[in-house]
Amino acid sequence: MARHKFVLNGKLVTVKAPKNTRLLWVLRDLMGVTGPKYGCGINVCKACTSHINGKAFNPCAVPVGKLKATDEITTIEGLPKTVRKKKRGKHGLHPMQEAWLERDVAQCGYCQPGQIMAAVAVVRRAQEQGRKVTEADLDGIRNICRCGTYTRIREAIAEGEKRM
Amino acid sequence: MVAADLGLSPKAAAAIPTVPQPAELFDLNDFLTLVATPTAHLIAIQVHHDGTASFALPRAEVGQGITTSTAMIIAEELDLPVSKVKVTLAPARPELLFNQLTGGSNTTISTYTPIRVAAAIARNELLKAAALVLGQPVNLLVSKLGVIEAPDGSSVTYGDLAGRAASETTRPVEVELADTGFTVIGKPTNRIDALEAVTGRKTFTTDLAVKGALPTMVCRPPTLNGTPLRVNNLGAVKRMKGVKNVVMVDFGVAVRAKTFGQCIDAIRALDVTWQDGPVAGQSDADVLANLRKAELPVRLPDLPANPLLKTMSLDLTFYFRSNSAMDTNSAIADVRADRATVWSGLKSPVTLQAEVASYLKLPVDQVTVNVMQSGGSFGRRLFSDGALEAVKISKAMGKPVKLMWHRADDARAGRAHPMATNRVQAALLGNEVLALTQAHTSVETDFRHGLGEAITANAASLPTGLGNLAFSETVFLLTQEIPYNVGVVLQTLVETDQRFNTGSMRNIFSPDVRVGSELMMDLLAAELGEDRLEFRLRRTRNKLVRGVLEKVASEGSWGRKLPPGVAQGIAIHKEYKGATACLMEVDCRPATVKRKVREAVTGPRVTRATFAVDVGLPINPRGLEAQMLGGINDGIALAFTSSLHLRDGHFQEASWDNYFYTRQWNTPPRVDIFVMPPSSSEPGGAGEAGVAASFAAAACGYAAATGTVPTHFPVNHHKPRAFKEKPRVPPVPASPTNGLKFTY
Repeated sequence: MARHKFVLNGKLVTVKAPKNTRLLWVLRDLMGVTGPKYGCGINVCKACTSHINGKAFNPCAVPVGKLKATDEITTIEGLPKTVRKKKRGKHGLHPMQEAWLERDVAQCGYCQPGQIMAAVAVVRRAQEQGRKVTEADLDGIRNICRCGTYTRIREAIAEGEKRM
Repeated sequence: MVAADLGLSPKAAAAIPTVPQPAELFDLNDFLTLVATPTAHLIAIQVHHDGTASFALPRAEVGQGITTSTAMIIAEELDLPVSKVKVTLAPARPELLFNQLTGGSNTTISTYTPIRVAAAIARNELLKAAALVLGQPVNLLVSKLGVIEAPDGSSVTYGDLAGRAASETTRPVEVELADTGFTVIGKPTNRIDALEAVTGRKTFTTDLAVKGALPTMVCRPPTLNGTPLRVNNLGAVKRMKGVKNVVMVDFGVAVRAKTFGQCIDAIRALDVTWQDGPVAGQSDADVLANLRKAELPVRLPDLPANPLLKTMSLDLTFYFRSNSAMDTNSAIADVRADRATVWSGLKSPVTLQAEVASYLKLPVDQVTVNVMQSGGSFGRRLFSDGALEAVKISKAMGKPVKLMWHRADDARAGRAHPMATNRVQAALLGNEVLALTQAHTSVETDFRHGLGEAITANAASLPTGLGNLAFSETVFLLTQEIPYNVGVVLQTLVETDQRFNTGSMRNIFSPDVRVGSELMMDLLAAELGEDRLEFRLRRTRNKLVRGVLEKVASEGSWGRKLPPGVAQGIAIHKEYKGATACLMEVDCRPATVKRKVREAVTGPRVTRATFAVDVGLPINPRGLEAQMLGGINDGIALAFTSSLHLRDGHFQEASWDNYFYTRQWNTPPRVDIFVMPPSSSEPGGAGEAGVAASFAAAACGYAAATGTVPTHFPVNHHKPRAFKEKPRVPPVPASPTNGLKFTY
């Protein structure tokens, strides 16, 4: 069985798994990292949204063998540490997570790690393009929330954007 | 005068009064509270040495916010900050009988007083213990935020008193509860589990690590409820990498492996010979034809012959809809020779415990059923489908299992809201409505879970005449009402066809029935040349309904000018001891309907939603708003986009790219939700209360914008299918490998 190396939430890790194992199962079933959730396994519900080298992606659709040792994977667990300490809020979290808490976005909470990871990527993309997040950006977020807390997600993203 | 013939004074009433319907006198919540009452006192709040309090709530948290509202109720009575109250979910407690069922939006209604009493008793005992410690009479002591103070400034904390206040014996005590002066109840409060949710630490069933409980999935039949006959390549699949166990069970072939990915690979490799299920070869049209056959004629009451009498009719079809939650059916089961333990999100854990004990031939007290937090329910977790399967698989394999339904199974083989027709007729004479008859005909709604048993066991306590009806008819009569004066009202239910996996879906019959009655109100208003809002206000016979209607009308600018193709829809609902109203603006202009979002179903867009809710006594207005927000998005999905299509023996929708629940591109850009001030000293229900008025407002707005009353819901059900159906063999799709192409 192949050994795979990559950087997970700031630490270099090595894991043994067949190379076609999708990263979601490597994280959840083999490494016990359960922040990214299973919601479809075919890259449509986006509940497992995490970051690779700072960009949003879905580990359910990436075989672990495609990762390089230098690839930095960030799951919700590692999100706070991607910003400097003084940027973190009163719970010690990433500004987007703090905005989420303030707006009391979560209902059942199952899709929320993925929603937050998507939100951070949407804001970063807009910032890199030197613009603000637009209504079209928000409409384009594909993450499903079956509880339907969409309005609060939009409001929290606006707040998180201000602090990022 | 016709009105005089109906026994009414012709000029006294602005509208012809409707006599109270059964649900107005005794509703499903009265019933659920009644059956919970005999064991309602069997709860305990613990105060700990660290000054915190804890309570194991005998209900299921599925996102509706009851752990938070319960913590608030305890904090209020105990004079503790909410942050010092820990609420967990109680495991199955068979002694509670029917008092551990989470349904009918009844949790707060049935537990409000018992939990307050328990907390107030605890506080009194703490005060008595403090009196001894501080050497002051109880009546001079004041408790605040976990500290008890005497007039001389001396004080003692709950933590210090916890041991002293404990009683060695059980004895009857009395407490008085105040209904005013609340400081926590009614104050918008954030969820107590929010921090865990946003950090990924909130533990759902599949996140739980139980020793030996390896990932397990099931290969399911290509027709709904088919059964496996034989596995043709068992040896080869057992030798696949990571695969530990493969067994045939009555509902499919179960695979246990090191990862869920390996379960999926094994399921896709399995060659199984199947026996067709009971709807093999059938499609939507066949089911609808059965419903049509079961329909009874819609009959208005005998009205005097009058050439000026007019009749208005509606005939609506509601297709199957899925109540699949984000967190699929999942359960961990560890079955041993002499005992069994189960972990799952369960709304009827006592029922499951009895079923498991019976299946395994074990005494009930050897079966432990742990209730996990679940990622949504929408009616689905009233049933314990995943948990019972996990028990069967664990028994067959002789190993602990962590069963997770694949999304494709959850969507296709999971429970669905039954297909139904709803026919409405109303009789008009002059400018008055004389009668309204509404006939709901539905594929059977399965109530064979805790609720069904509660009805059987307590039939005698139901109002006269309801005791002998089928479960579904009882539930129908205990929930449906038309709170308008529209003369003689008759609402009936006929059910047929037991071949489907059904269950209630957030608000049971009400969303469909309300769409029928509210669309009829619009038709009647148009026929009479009355404004749709004025028509409703003039006829409402309930002051809560009037209050919420007036609220959304003023806050949502009823009647404001909108471009052609955009229109407002307004609708109400009354249930769960409260009332709701929704005003939606629906944009049906071609440019909107045809807007493009990559691989998305767009269609009409609700551009603005205004919602008002009166729940009697709101416990947590912020949580209540959240539930209404969910109801708005459910209503939009039900009206426009979300349905299952039965074709050739199975449902076609196998994931979220096939089943179009509301997404960001269809959610209203503007939503305003108003929680009405307390109208009662008792709380009403919240979890399901937002759906019916929203669905009806979307439907009414669509009809107004397009000038066409839909004949079926969702309105896009017959549009060309927006997806390529995933294969039925193998039953689950492979996970893609191109995920790195879509980073952003």
